[in-house]
Amino acid sequence: MSLLEIQNLDLSIGSARILKDVSLSIDKGEIVAITGESGSGKSMTAMAVMQLLPDAAHLSGAVQLAGRDLLSLDEDTLCTLRGNEVGMVFQEPMTALNPVKTIGAQVAETILIHSDTPKAEAMQQAADMLARVGLPADRFPLSRYPHELSGGQRQRVVIALAIAQRPKLLIADEPTTALDVTTQAQILDLLKELVSEFGMGLMMITHDLAVVSDMADRIVVMRHGEVVEQGETRALFRDMKHPYTRALFEASGHQVDLPALPDGPDPVLQVTGAVRDYALPRTRLFAPRQFHRAVNDVSFTIHHGERVGLVGESGCGKSTLTRAILGLEGLQGGSITAFGKPVSPAMNPALRSGLQVVFQDPYGSFNPRHKVARIITEPFHLLPNPPSGADRDARIAQALTDVGLTAADADKYIHEFSGGQRQRIAIARALIINPELIIFDEAVSALDVSIRAQILDLIADLSRKHSLSYLFISHDLSVVRSITDRVLVMKSGQIVEQGVTEDVFANPQHAYTKTLIAAAPVLPDISHLKENAHV
Amino acid sequence: MRSRSLILGAVLCVVVVATALISFIWTPYDITQMDIPNKLQTPSLTHPFGTDHFGRDILSMIMIGARTSLAVALVAVGIGMGLGVPLGLWAAARKGGWTDEIIMRGNDLVFAFPALVIAILITAVFGAGATNAIIAIGIFNIPVFARITRGAALSLWEREFILAARVSGKGAARISLEHILPNVMNLLIVQGTIQFSLGILAEAGLSYVGLGAQPPVPSWGRMLADSQTMVSFAPHLALVPGLAIVISVLGLNLLGDGLRDYLDPRIRVART
Amino acid sequence: MLRYSLKRLLSLVISLAVASLVIFAVIEVAPGDPASFMLGINAQPDTVAALRAELGLDMSKPQRYVAWVTGMLSGDFGTSYTYRTPVAQMIADRMWISLPLAIYALTLSTLIAFPAGIYAASRRGKGGDVAVMGATQLGIAVPNFWFAMMLVLIFAINLRWFSAGGFPGWDKGFWLSMKALTLPAISLALPQSAILARVMRSSLLDILGEDFMRTARAKGLTRRQALWRHGLRNALIPVLTIIGLQFSFLLAGGIIIEQVFFLPGLGRLIFQAISARDLIVVESVVMLLVFSVILVNFLVDLAYAAVDPRLRSRT
Repeated sequence: MSLLEIQNLDLSIGSARILKDVSLSIDKGEIVAITGESGSGKSMTAMAVMQLLPDAAHLSGAVQLAGRDLLSLDEDTLCTLRGNEVGMVFQEPMTALNPVKTIGAQVAETILIHSDTPKAEAMQQAADMLARVGLPADRFPLSRYPHELSGGQRQRVVIALAIAQRPKLLIADEPTTALDVTTQAQILDLLKELVSEFGMGLMMITHDLAVVSDMADRIVVMRHGEVVEQGETRALFRDMKHPYTRALFEASGHQVDLPALPDGPDPVLQVTGAVRDYALPRTRLFAPRQFHRAVNDVSFTIHHGERVGLVGESGCGKSTLTRAILGLEGLQGGSITAFGKPVSPAMNPALRSGLQVVFQDPYGSFNPRHKVARIITEPFHLLPNPPSGADRDARIAQALTDVGLTAADADKYIHEFSGGQRQRIAIARALIINPELIIFDEAVSALDVSIRAQILDLIADLSRKHSLSYLFISHDLSVVRSITDRVLVMKSGQIVEQGVTEDVFANPQHAYTKTLIAAAPVLPDISHLKENAHV
Repeated sequence: MRSRSLILGAVLCVVVVATALISFIWTPYDITQMDIPNKLQTPSLTHPFGTDHFGRDILSMIMIGARTSLAVALVAVGIGMGLGVPLGLWAAARKGGWTDEIIMRGNDLVFAFPALVIAILITAVFGAGATNAIIAIGIFNIPVFARITRGAALSLWEREFILAARVSGKGAARISLEHILPNVMNLLIVQGTIQFSLGILAEAGLSYVGLGAQPPVPSWGRMLADSQTMVSFAPHLALVPGLAIVISVLGLNLLGDGLRDYLDPRIRVART
Repeated sequence: MLRYSLKRLLSLVISLAVASLVIFAVIEVAPGDPASFMLGINAQPDTVAALRAELGLDMSKPQRYVAWVTGMLSGDFGTSYTYRTPVAQMIADRMWISLPLAIYALTLSTLIAFPAGIYAASRRGKGGDVAVMGATQLGIAVPNFWFAMMLVLIFAINLRWFSAGGFPGWDKGFWLSMKALTLPAISLALPQSAILARVMRSSLLDILGEDFMRTARAKGLTRRQALWRHGLRNALIPVLTIIGLQFSFLLAGGIIIEQVFFLPGLGRLIFQAISARDLIVVESVVMLLVFSVILVNFLVDLAYAAVDPRLRSRT
């Protein structure tokens, strides 16, 4: 008998069928990954095990934890199981903790509600548990509040409170998705250690195949609420019986076909010794202002037709640099020139029209009250004689067909489009005035892998057609590796390494680049797996 | 449940507005005429709501009083929106700058003067009257609208579509009008309804203490004040104007809540 | 925490200074000379001049402002034009009705609103929630002075449980005085509690949707435990703002309610002063009301910091 047995689980919420005939099992000490794209039902499977579903949810089938059928238990009994026999870690560490309670109290609470432990002893146990997850009390006293910790540290607190009662099963729902790669690697290591130390079963939910490939014992692939394939990790990657598994794998490691670099150095953008400071709030009433240097002496050049990547973790200054390059914010030192003319908030429209941008969030990038035609023609504001009438319609149709949409889409509102289509519209908006340089600011980070692969192909196509130059900003190393010719690595406001993409990835020079590349999860080499199978 | 409050609210509001409008062309009796022999009559077929101590028809007075209430509240909301919304947009566009600081501190200061206190000050200096009631309630509405506009606008300024507009070379004023204002409109409509209802309540209170509309202009608040000494033997004098206020305010509040659910359930209205 | 408090304190002082300037300026605009008004049309010019000197009206405007402010700081609010008694004394006598009334009403309002709001939030969408919300909808629509008249009609005139108005004075006995303030306090409190209950409910419902509430449930807390241990304190933050605003409303609203119940509080004083054009009394009472509003908001700011640790450490 496995620790967790899910058999023929069906879940519907209202009239929507969320899960269809899901069956899977997890053994003691085993790590089982549930993976799939958004809407696959992977998180709902986890919530069904926790029995924390919306009131309108209807479940059938069986969920057995250590032989007890969770579906037949009443709410009071379930409360004695949650946190005690099964713990859960969530995706968003920034909001998963109560902001007005100390971390010690929040971890100790799990112990206090499930046992008669005296308060002082529970606090001691909480301190031990926090120390175990990497927050020793001498550096992170129990009296700390969540807002005094970083995202990674908060996720450690969430893990500590989930495992404080040493549950038999731990569920982790995208536990590292909101974290930087280096932090992600540490949290994944911690989870692995805890599983072997406590002998827990771990249900790991993630959209990222690479994350689970070297961690999970078994993988369950889900799509549209159904399990399409499951098996032992190596065997699954080796065989990939279901076409969707194969498609998911290929999209995850998608390599685009980038056209060759045009010849001749013709600089489009030159950043020279750029410095950007932010004033910090005063620490004392009349103390002199303190400044945070978000961008520190950054220099690089982008040539015509060149595709440059910029990688770095959150807070490294890449967004600030983007805003400076777009002329939205000024610099405190150094200079940025585009096509030989200085970039600043006061630059003229003609210069501005040469620089366009595609943002990350497919849902926040458009005014919800405007139609597509109005949205994508907004940059026409920069032209001295904006096209009108038939000319305007033709430009709109051209821009939309360029990005794989149709001219008829111009009359629709943005809410009629999916996330992937919205990113296409964002690209159409950037392209419509034929800029010299496009900045992709985490432009594919919010998309599912299969959609991401399509957008990356689109970018490669457009580069071929329009000989685009772009700066591609991302925290995702594998994406940057496939879509750029040259790469800049940024840390704490400085460019620590730059060079030809392949060279930097194959042979990183700077210690930070090495850490970054080592921390990034990679997909297994299938050909290698297949050879081994024959031996 | 949702649409029910919208419909009920809309119906009540239509009734109140219609009553006020009809009073311009027709009322059952002429309220400038006293009819002492028929004073203090209880409700009957000839006088559905009875008569007051001068024998005037209460229904006719309620109809004309609706005019006063609606006019004062409407103009006060107009003042509040007309000044508050631009200030809020301006403050949000200059977030963290001294313009923002001055506008918001000014707001806090006005909040320290409840509408009644402003009315007392104005009346003490210029004398009582409906205009002063309008100004007092209107001034109090300004920071309400400025604050909610600024709050909503600030979160919009963080959105990427505003960045996109800036990349397209649009300035703060243009972005405020083209992108921010349309997206805070729902919120303003809902808050406007709420402020309208608060305006009716405030007008009634000011009239009750003699700081609002002066005789002979009828107002619900003063009808209540006049009825006070007679409440023991003619309770309908106090009942009818009070219910008129309750129905108008209830109607507007239900309409506001209904509109909120209909337009955007995430809207938070400020109520004090 | 200290820095935060100092910052709020500085903001309080600035608000008070600006408010006093505004009030002084408005009163200065008032037409007519108080001294001639007090002495009547037939007064001799030299008597008027003497009175002007006595009242300090012969000084320049900045001098008078400084004298007014420094006077108030030392507890001297000037002398009433009509009664020729110190304004401070007049205010102090009436304060002991208006202030207890506002506090009484605020206490009642909170005592009614908290359970109602929590109950409605915990029964969201069910019969109890709909009933409470319907009642609050009505409560918001009822003008407090009309509600007061209805209370008088029912409990004083028909049932004769309370007197219809007047105030015996605290020296006649605490409970007797509290009884006299009970109907006024209820009529002030109920409409306010309707608003507060709605804020409490919506604030709690917001918090119930937060991630950390899910964490609390995943720990094994029941719905009720999660609500009490993690929901309530977080939900209190917006509720505090409303309580602060309500206090100033209750103090001002009390002015009207005092008229209904013939209570000799600040409200009576200010209306008598307006009709007698006793501007120094109006000026001082308004300043006092504004001061209390600003002070309460300062206290609310401090209460925020007590509830929310993020405010304590940030700047």
